[in-house]
Amino acid sequence: MKATAIHDRYAAANAIDPSLRHRRREHVLMMMLMSPAVLVVFALLIVPLSWLIMQSFYADGALSLEHYRRIFTEGIYWNTFFLTFRISVIVTLLALLMGYPVAYAASILPQRWAMLILALVILPFWTSVLVRAYAWLILLQRSGVVNQTLIASGLTDSPLALMHNELGTIIATVHILLPFMVLPLYATMQKIPQDLVQAGASLGGSPLHVFMRVFFPLSLSGVLAGMTLVFVLCLGFYITPELVGGGRTVMASMLVSRNIQLYSDWGAASAVSVVLLICVLAIFYVVSRLVPLERILGAK
Amino acid sequence: MKQTHGLKTLMVTSVALAGTVGVSHTMAAGQITFVSQGGAYQEAQTVAILDPVAEALNITIHQESAPDAWPMIRTQGTTGQAVWDVVDTPPLNCVRGGNQDLIEPLDFSRVPNAESMPEEYKTPYSVAYEFYSSVLAYNPDAFNGNPPETWADFWNVEEFPGNRALRNHPLGTLEAALLADGVTPDELYPLDVDRAFEKLEEIKPHISTWWTSGGQSAQLLYDGEVDMLMMWNGRVSAIMNEGANADFTYNEGILQNTHLCIIKGAPNLDMAVEFLNAAIDPQYQANLPLHIDYGPGNPAAFDIGKIPEERARELPSYPENAERQVLMSYEWWSSAEGEQAERRWLEFMQQ
Repeated sequence: MKATAIHDRYAAANAIDPSLRHRRREHVLMMMLMSPAVLVVFALLIVPLSWLIMQSFYADGALSLEHYRRIFTEGIYWNTFFLTFRISVIVTLLALLMGYPVAYAASILPQRWAMLILALVILPFWTSVLVRAYAWLILLQRSGVVNQTLIASGLTDSPLALMHNELGTIIATVHILLPFMVLPLYATMQKIPQDLVQAGASLGGSPLHVFMRVFFPLSLSGVLAGMTLVFVLCLGFYITPELVGGGRTVMASMLVSRNIQLYSDWGAASAVSVVLLICVLAIFYVVSRLVPLERILGAK
Repeated sequence: MKQTHGLKTLMVTSVALAGTVGVSHTMAAGQITFVSQGGAYQEAQTVAILDPVAEALNITIHQESAPDAWPMIRTQGTTGQAVWDVVDTPPLNCVRGGNQDLIEPLDFSRVPNAESMPEEYKTPYSVAYEFYSSVLAYNPDAFNGNPPETWADFWNVEEFPGNRALRNHPLGTLEAALLADGVTPDELYPLDVDRAFEKLEEIKPHISTWWTSGGQSAQLLYDGEVDMLMMWNGRVSAIMNEGANADFTYNEGILQNTHLCIIKGAPNLDMAVEFLNAAIDPQYQANLPLHIDYGPGNPAAFDIGKIPEERARELPSYPENAERQVLMSYEWWSSAEGEQAERRWLEFMQQ
């Protein structure tokens, strides 16, 4: 009995299953279709990235950890990474504070209103970062609209320093990154069934109580996704702090360019990039333990 | 764009030549790749110098631009794959490049036009091409007829209140700090770096913006964002012509220039030397100030009667103006001490 069963199983495995062959052919076809994209990723991402990493381990033509030693021991690097993280944290929290109500409104209002709100969020998104930085410069500079209004209304005697410093950088960066907070939040909130909120209310919960106990916990995955995106993008910001930071707001990406422009030190610049990249990957790793990555990147 | 026409003509002639003589290398002869810094400045020199030189030497000049040529000089020099021939860049890059074997030493016997030029306008690797100055510019409205005239005034926040800006770069800024601290121009070099940074520390709280690009400096003054700043003379004149409330003084200006130098192993080395000599010919040099607010690198250009007297007086390298300024020493900046000072800048900015 036993022997025949095994024999039967072998026979089944050896028999040419038409559906299996078909599937295998499909796999090969899919691989072929994918190969141009894989080639592009390999040639334009993997190869330069490996080169970058290699370069970061060379100092004066020899293998060395010199650049990394400097990053971890010299004050300039510490200060820059500290400032970069501080700005990113502030920007992320501000974006959440401003983005959450917007996304919430869009998720509970009728379709027509939701579309309008989302359009208003996305519209500036299509304008160049450079243009938006200059627009903020015009609004917030010493003789800008905001300061003129403040002085005319008697709220302040002399113009406030709103630009060319860390504050200006934060304002402009929050504006640019806000869509990256609102969109994942909206996507999550839209999927929260309204029945649950109604059930909570019918059980006697006040609107605030229902929001805190039912809606907010369900939107947390969106909060995490939005915060991750904004934080990670902010870590690498370059144009905005360069234009509105007044020269004192040196973020990590600017350290990369200064290392090349001022000191022509490619190794040091590569090392800074590698450290920044590792920070980003570490953040993604930690977050992926909490929320699936596909969700953050908007695939699901 | 102007070059396209020349290129076509050359291609037609060289193809014809190659056809009759049957020698293919004539195709490659008679061309160079020239690199400058782009923008209005490169357009002006195209009309003033490059086009006439191309015609006179019967060559094609391929133009490229790089606002900061040093990383490219380094890359081309170290990989041994030069694609550029002649670079118009601050002499610091030429000298530093020369010391690191990235720039060709110049055979001055083949550059007769440089003979009459002052020694301080030449290095073993390069010759002066044009002059500009980092000057003290200001908004006259902010000072009621008593504008700041010296760097000591710039540092005097009591008598001259107002928003200030400096360039986010040590070159020129350290010089201004030392002049403000009472160092005389003859004693300026070698720079007392510690003293300069100490003096800069003093003005730092009063600097609202450290600018990074020339356009940004112009914007700051034009919009009234700052009342006084150090900026390049050509940038001030440009916004003055546009009607901005702006003025400047050549007093204690830091006179700077760009030089022409040749990349090590340049593909058209011979022609590059010939071009370099022609580009500093007083005849063509005198054309430059007719198109942009920069002075000729070769002072002989002032003597041939091409630049009107009125115009000449506005230029940074006009002898009377040059006397009131300090010529930046690139020898010092390219020394180990200078490089060390440059490295301190980022640290200073972040404290």
